[in-house]
Amino acid sequence: MRARYFAIALFLVFGASFALAQSQGQSQRGSGADTRRSGYQDMGPALQQMQDDDTANPGMLFVQQGSKLWSARVGVAGKACADCHGDAATSMKGVAARYPAIPPGADRPVDLEGRIDLCRTERQQAPAFAHDSQDSLALQAFVAAQSRGQPIAPPDDPRLSSWRVQGEEIYRRRQGQLNLSCAICHDENAGKKLAGVTIPQAHPTGYPVYRLEWQGLGSLRRRLRNCLFGIRAELYPVGAPEYVALELYLMERAKGMTMEAPAVRP
Amino acid sequence: MANILVNAPKTAKRGAVIEIKALIMHQMETGFRPGPNGQILPRNIIEHFTATWDDAEIFSMEMSPAISANPFVSFFAVASESGTLHLRWTGDHGFVAEEKVAIAVE
Repeated sequence: MRARYFAIALFLVFGASFALAQSQGQSQRGSGADTRRSGYQDMGPALQQMQDDDTANPGMLFVQQGSKLWSARVGVAGKACADCHGDAATSMKGVAARYPAIPPGADRPVDLEGRIDLCRTERQQAPAFAHDSQDSLALQAFVAAQSRGQPIAPPDDPRLSSWRVQGEEIYRRRQGQLNLSCAICHDENAGKKLAGVTIPQAHPTGYPVYRLEWQGLGSLRRRLRNCLFGIRAELYPVGAPEYVALELYLMERAKGMTMEAPAVRP
Repeated sequence: MANILVNAPKTAKRGAVIEIKALIMHQMETGFRPGPNGQILPRNIIEHFTATWDDAEIFSMEMSPAISANPFVSFFAVASESGTLHLRWTGDHGFVAEEKVAIAVE
């Protein structure tokens, strides 16, 4: 009798561990080991050091400017960001890691730039920033820097899925005179060379980034326009929703990767 | 006021060699680029950078259009006595920016 119980218990233990091993094997097969790489890992050690040193990373100049804007009272309402949100180190932690998102009362997603502009026009009653203006980028850099080290965490909002589908469709669609899609370079040929440069996997972990080629800070939108121009495709208009859709897809694709804004890129 | 980031030790041992790093935000214009109307955009760069320890000049450099925007400068000094490090950038169109750092020498 005792032997029988023992056999059953043994079977249960084996069965459970077998099932566990199976499910682990499956989840590993399903997603594969994480082979995603941030552009940071493809840079040389000199640039990595530049990004890591807060007094050598030129993006930190913009963070400094952004921190001044954070507490500057503007607009008809005479309010500063800090008047509503308080200390950015706590209130803005993780915010950049989950945008784009649909703000309350709206029906379409906005990126960080759009969210800041909503605050400006609605709460501060000030004019929205010009696209990619230095003040807008500085404030974005300041907000994004509060999420450094946080995992990218896109929201579960079901209304976003159709946007992500649209973003993926753009990502996989061939376009432009060179007839290339984003996926051809950044999925199929990532890690290989384009001229002397390593093709990155295009994970938006560090935006806004300080790009040495730009000699300044730039948004993900600017990067996307740069790529579209590179494949000789027609650029979407500056404020087009296609950019937000692409951004949503890219953030979903980079889910769980570590935020490193403001990053330095060659 | 210009945005400046300075990395210098607050304290140093007498006779030690210390590294001072300074980064400044400055939107440069090389003076070689044509603008939208085809005219050459006027040059706008930082021309001089000087560092003085109290009243003694310890480092200075002249900058040229080949130096990047938002220039980063790093230099070394021997810590001989406590004092204030005074960094000063001057450039085209009357650009002036200054930053002071106190360094205590033990």
